[in-house]
Amino acid sequence: MSGHLLANLMHFARTLRAAGLPIGPGKVLAAAEAVQAVGIADRQDFYWTLHAVFVNRRDQLPLFDQAFHIFWRNPRLLEKMLSLVLPPLPSEGLPQGEEMMRRLAEAMHAGENGAGGEALPDEIELDAAMTFSDRELLREMDFEKMSLEELAQAKAALKRMRLPELAVPTRRFRPDPAGARADMRATLRAALRAGGLLALRRKRRQTRPPPLVILCDISGSMNRYSRIFLHFMHAVTNDRDRVHTFLFGTRLTNVTRYLRHKDVDVALDRVAGAVADWSGGTRIGQCLAEFNRRWSRRVLGQGAVVLFISDGLDRDAGDGLGKEMDRLHKSCRRLIWLNPLLRYAAFEPKSLGMRAILPHVDEFRPVHSLASLDDLAAQLNRPAPRRLEAAAAWRKPVARAAEERMHA
Amino acid sequence: MNERTAASATLPASVGATLELLARGDYVADRSLATAVYLALTLRRPLFLEGEAGVGKTEIAKVLATALGRQLIRLQCYEGLDVASAVYEWNYARQMIEIRLAEAGQEGRDTVEEEIFSERFLIKRPLLQALEPALGGAPVLLIDELDRTDEPFEAYLLEVLSDFQVTIPEIGTVKAAEPPIVVITSNRTREIHDALKRRCFYYWVDYPDAKRELEILKVKAPGAAAALSREVVGFVQKLRGADLFKLPGVAETIDWAHALMQLDVLTLTPEAINDTLGVLLKYQDDIAKIQGSEALRLLEQVKAELAAAQ
Repeated sequence: MSGHLLANLMHFARTLRAAGLPIGPGKVLAAAEAVQAVGIADRQDFYWTLHAVFVNRRDQLPLFDQAFHIFWRNPRLLEKMLSLVLPPLPSEGLPQGEEMMRRLAEAMHAGENGAGGEALPDEIELDAAMTFSDRELLREMDFEKMSLEELAQAKAALKRMRLPELAVPTRRFRPDPAGARADMRATLRAALRAGGLLALRRKRRQTRPPPLVILCDISGSMNRYSRIFLHFMHAVTNDRDRVHTFLFGTRLTNVTRYLRHKDVDVALDRVAGAVADWSGGTRIGQCLAEFNRRWSRRVLGQGAVVLFISDGLDRDAGDGLGKEMDRLHKSCRRLIWLNPLLRYAAFEPKSLGMRAILPHVDEFRPVHSLASLDDLAAQLNRPAPRRLEAAAAWRKPVARAAEERMHA
Repeated sequence: MNERTAASATLPASVGATLELLARGDYVADRSLATAVYLALTLRRPLFLEGEAGVGKTEIAKVLATALGRQLIRLQCYEGLDVASAVYEWNYARQMIEIRLAEAGQEGRDTVEEEIFSERFLIKRPLLQALEPALGGAPVLLIDELDRTDEPFEAYLLEVLSDFQVTIPEIGTVKAAEPPIVVITSNRTREIHDALKRRCFYYWVDYPDAKRELEILKVKAPGAAAALSREVVGFVQKLRGADLFKLPGVAETIDWAHALMQLDVLTLTPEAINDTLGVLLKYQDDIAKIQGSEALRLLEQVKAELAAAQ
């Protein structure tokens, strides 16, 4: 291959990398090899050759397509355009570092001023500072009624919260002396080593937590709660693998990537930047429809548990909501509706939105205080009851209460 | 004739020849797909095909196997797929018998050890089979619906696909003299890890456009009247623009054409569509949405467009 083409290939790869495609030096070599195999007589073939090497996800195609057409007409042009259009790629470490520095500096400053030695709210200190009854009070208190300080304490408590593994059996096995099945492979291998009598080795089914998908309402009516729940979601996301988080108000936003950041403040900052519809209206039906179409087949695949956090107050008055809820219910292992409004003893699902959602969920739980979140953790720890039984347990009382009021 | 068979067993020498090869196997491919296939064949790297269900991903492997005269080895993935069912397993029952016999015959321990872990007691599963030399050249290994399995298996596959070798502790390393032709498919129910994709040539198999789909129908349902085929393709193309949960794939188009032929339908009517819609759409919501007036509207559009084109 002529040196000129090779240099251009390398340039092209570099440009693609600058534009965000994951391309290493290995790919450049592969591209050179591939181009040699196909030849450069036909522009179309050349295009698809490079495509086969450089692209490995469908959503990269438009970027590759544009880059190809501009670059192979005039390589210089593209480089210039890129430097104009694209912001310099943030090297992942730097901004984070700055962020940390800033907060560190702030914290140091607070100490100097003598304003409060406890400016760094240490978890352990917090625990010690609160008496048992304080903690009890905080546990039961509605998030909505908390003062700023109490909210801060609640957030710290959430940070420590761990969801149980809620493991489900997989089809894999692991050795276990008390297991129910004979592990023939291990038995024979061991027998060979020891000779004599065959000692039976055993195995049992391996378990693994299923994926967890959280759909959280961030509309105006949920405002106070959703901000707290973000801390909860952050804690869960960083605690286990296969957690996907979506926020919705008038549109659906996938915030999983942002929540993966270890530092909760940075993570929430990024979430805030990514979401355009904080505290606005709600279009639950539309957002669920989008989730069902674009995401459900990708994230609900392996028997996922879905936490649906919403007060069910829908601007579109439940239009099309029942249908989408039904689809969601049928595509997951377990659908749990967490509703902060359920804290009122006299709650009944009056709004059209709620009535549309209610028939399609497996469980219906309050979520307004630390205690209720703890309850949720305990509930998840138990194996899921069978679908109809679980639903009947809470659906009947709710229906009966509604009926009684109708007659009264 | 003899020359022809010999020629079909060798790998194509250009993208055009690959296109012809696929056409010989009754597969109507875009030139872009042929390029990816040609690269995979020539540079001996796996071909990674992603796309919606029913666009003909699995078919490519089958066609390659028949057109090249190679053996097709298929590994259907599922959750929890492990080494015992993907690579190899020992035949424990026979091993036990052998041990008992050896005890009776007073043979030395070393000979027994050598004996029972020999190839005689090895059950070969698809991945191991694919590494063995086969008649007519290295086989075509189809790893179907990789997204159904879990990450640990993907990681294992990484080793097999980069070196085309498998290590069996009791025997040693089995290495393929000639690497198999590997085709991996995924429905994208989850993302496959980049490390695996990096080793492959990637191709997104999309729904074909009307012209291509008509060609496919000509090959796959040759008995259908030309007018009916045009209407079928037109209608399906319209459906793909509708707001549906699951769009019909090429497989569904072909099935539908066959179904209509079975019912002796010569030209599409609203009744015929309503009766056979279950062949095209597989979700009740989708069927309810299209059935009746919507089907009629789409059909009228299709007929008007076809009339205008003539």
